[in-house]
Amino acid sequence: MRLLGLLLAAALLPLLPQAAEPAGDGRRSGLADMGAATQAMQRDDSRNPGMLWVLQGEQAWSRPAGRTSGSCAGCHGDARQSMRGVAARYPAFDAALGRAVDLRQRIALCRQRLQPAAPEPAESEAALALEAFVAHQSRGLPLAPPADARLEAPRERGRALFGQRMGQLDLGCSDCHDALAGRRLGGSPIPQAHPTGYPIYRLEWQGLGSLQRRLRACLAGVRAEPFDWGATEWVELELYLAWRARGLPLETPAVRP
Amino acid sequence: MARSLITLPVSVPRGQVFTVRVLLQHPMEGGFRVGADGRVLPRDIVRRFRCLYDGEAVIEAELFPAIAANPFLEFSVRAADSGSLLFVWEGDHGFYQREQRSVVVT
Repeated sequence: MRLLGLLLAAALLPLLPQAAEPAGDGRRSGLADMGAATQAMQRDDSRNPGMLWVLQGEQAWSRPAGRTSGSCAGCHGDARQSMRGVAARYPAFDAALGRAVDLRQRIALCRQRLQPAAPEPAESEAALALEAFVAHQSRGLPLAPPADARLEAPRERGRALFGQRMGQLDLGCSDCHDALAGRRLGGSPIPQAHPTGYPIYRLEWQGLGSLQRRLRACLAGVRAEPFDWGATEWVELELYLAWRARGLPLETPAVRP
Repeated sequence: MARSLITLPVSVPRGQVFTVRVLLQHPMEGGFRVGADGRVLPRDIVRRFRCLYDGEAVIEAELFPAIAANPFLEFSVRAADSGSLLFVWEGDHGFYQREQRSVVVT
């Protein structure tokens, strides 16, 4: 019966409204579970440390690099128009690679193919800054995962991963983030795990970090060995998470404890 | 060059008190943590912050190792004359950053 439900959900996927989600379905951003101080820090751009990276990304946007001495702005122009809504659609399918890529990988591919320049290493300040700047342009827009048939199989693998128990603690993502969301784990609130604010500024990290870094922390938390950096499993999980959070507004750069 | 985010009003009526917020990107490494190689990470903090309003100091702050990364400060200034606000951060390993913003007093 559950399998039938899953199949039905998968079949209905392209028909689902892309922009607005019916209000009051219980889904909420992790921001709602945070303390008042953290919320205030995120909401005020003059206090949000993530804005420092957005600022850095803005500078990188128009800086020439690579053999062609091209910059992002050279092709894409004003990011406020050209990048508006882009982050809300990622991860998306890359036809040349034949697989789904997330926003950071997409930016790296753009750099590699067109500038061409060596891509910034994952999780480096430069990569995070550019990703934060691009994602920031979609702030306030609802997450709108594309209705692309090629994304269905990896998204379903991501869904399976989300429910799969792993590690020495034998826990799956859904054991906490579906079943116990809103409650507490060792004093910290358990959010519903909607990736609405990445890259996020985490007070614990004292810096900006990607969704992949956050997911690694959860995997290490259940004492499982995290997948390699850039492994396809991460993007599959991100695909499912984006679909799960569809309709929720983007908050980049979010602040979390 | 570290980055900073300075927020202040573009123009203020004379005599009014206005708020200035400064956020500086800095690791504020306290000198007590151990790195991946087992060695203690050397201290690297901002030690002093100053704000000068037309050359006159309106705030001076000393910063210490227990302050989190990317230190944020908020303070109030009374608008006297149109002029410039100079922000200076100094720290370990010769860290020095200055930024200037102008304020119009109406």
